[in-house]
Amino acid sequence: MFAFIIRRILQFIPTVIGISFIMFVLLNVLPGSAALMTGGKEILSPEIVKKLEKKWGLDKPFHVRYLNYMVGLAKGDLGTSFIRGDKVRDIIGNRLWPTLKLAVAALAIACFIGIPLGFYSAVKQGTWVDTVTMVGAVSGVSMPQFWSALLLMYLFSVVLRWLPTFGYGNGDLKNLILPAVTLGIGYMALLARTTRAAVVEVLSQDYIRTAHAKGLSVLFINGKHVFRNTMVLILTTIGMQFGSLMGETVVVETVFSWPGIGSLMVDSIFLRDTPVTQGCIMLIIFVFMSVNLSVDILYSVVDPRIRYD
Amino acid sequence: MSFSWKNIKRRTNLLIGSALVMFVAGMAVFAPLLAPYHPTEDANILYSEEPPCEQFWFGTDIQGRDILSRVIYGSRISLSVGLFTQFMNSVIGIFMGLMAGYFGKWIDDLIMSITNILLSIPTLVFALAVMALMGPGLINVFIALGVTNWSYTCRLTRSQVLSAKRLNYVMAARALGYGKFRIMFNQILPNIMGPILVISTLGVAGAILLEAALSFLGLGVQPPTPSWGGMLAGAREKLFTAPWISIYPGMAIFLTVLGLNLFGDGLRDLLDPHITQQK
Repeated sequence: MFAFIIRRILQFIPTVIGISFIMFVLLNVLPGSAALMTGGKEILSPEIVKKLEKKWGLDKPFHVRYLNYMVGLAKGDLGTSFIRGDKVRDIIGNRLWPTLKLAVAALAIACFIGIPLGFYSAVKQGTWVDTVTMVGAVSGVSMPQFWSALLLMYLFSVVLRWLPTFGYGNGDLKNLILPAVTLGIGYMALLARTTRAAVVEVLSQDYIRTAHAKGLSVLFINGKHVFRNTMVLILTTIGMQFGSLMGETVVVETVFSWPGIGSLMVDSIFLRDTPVTQGCIMLIIFVFMSVNLSVDILYSVVDPRIRYD
Repeated sequence: MSFSWKNIKRRTNLLIGSALVMFVAGMAVFAPLLAPYHPTEDANILYSEEPPCEQFWFGTDIQGRDILSRVIYGSRISLSVGLFTQFMNSVIGIFMGLMAGYFGKWIDDLIMSITNILLSIPTLVFALAVMALMGPGLINVFIALGVTNWSYTCRLTRSQVLSAKRLNYVMAARALGYGKFRIMFNQILPNIMGPILVISTLGVAGAILLEAALSFLGLGVQPPTPSWGGMLAGAREKLFTAPWISIYPGMAIFLTVLGLNLFGDGLRDLLDPHITQQK
């Protein structure tokens, strides 16, 4: 088990290198690269451009810049912002907590509502509860977040006046509710669908029939046999789809003016502040990969049949 | 045969899905005939932010343009982005998947590690990075979404090829001395098209959502071109005074994506004999 975790963490490294390479080439090297366009649409004199290039080390050849970047990355240094002159690490550090708070809240909403709903509708197949849940789930998957955000804002802030329209407030719970629900809806719908499919599959297995034949109570069978056997598939979905959740924070944070990594990324793209954009992308991917790693480790806890040799 | 009318009729999701998709496709094709106003030129500041009425069914936006007309024309952008980018992704994904599955060895290892890396990058984030490089615009949206999202198709194709490779018809084709590429494209590909078609339908839905998100963020299709996502960009500030600006373009995205998802689900049920037997 311990060896497996170490091996899995080591597998992390080539993927991080691959991703950082793709992103570095995309943002720094290709013609029209973001870095050289700093200053927006104003035309800078060639001397100033040269001075700026020297200041940011853009005059060095590609491999030197990439190596410098990777050495920095290994030390946890993500470079310096073109616009603000601050360390990217500090800028991102201030934005990390709101994003994590939002993502965890959305994940919690999705898991605590989506999984039980999917489970219930699988057990009650063909009833109206099942139909309503599944229609709701396919609708939830099809909703663009910024639209559900606007609808929720309209209902709860404009009509009912219960919650603030947007903003972080002082980190109050009432500011968190709408963004978290918006971000959670799609994920919740997806989990409900996956859970239902997984439970339907398990319910048709022989060992479930045996358990019934033994006279075990339905509650016990569903709670123990069925749930445990569907966990692997549900966990996989949680892990695989966490990436799109992290991606969607970009949209949700922008529409709610939430001061997180996602909105920082969009702002820095508009400002052509490449080091910050790059830092945000790397961080989002890093969080996603860490979640997948944890899911891999959790597998063995949930399903003892999975062995790692 | 699973494609009989009797089977199709039993799939409510397939029927509703195709109806929705055909409705949107009809809107895109006949946009000039259906739209009461021109989507960009008929802007009249006197009619700014008119609520829905007889003259403007969906109301007007900040510049006084008819929202209904813009929603109708917007279907052209959404559908063309969805279909074209998914087509590109399918071509790349199928080709890579066939190569990886059929040749195996180092080709397989290489392609699989590339998809591993791509799957670790959330699609929206990847698309944003490409848009950051190239700047906003419709053509760039095509490129950004067309080359970033083929890993799922590739993996699916590969796994299908791996199981098809062991079947008799492939061995027969080999015994007949057919070339590798002829076997891959003429023999295996037609036989594994079903699941690929399903995942592609869902991919079109995903691409439409991504384009809408990019345009909403201001990095996709640029105004005044009517794009459903872009129409919602300034809507938040008008939520108190003109909520209809927020409602209809979003509804159009929702119904289109819902139609494609239902159609894809229905198609999967139809093609998967396992589920068909259960029902």
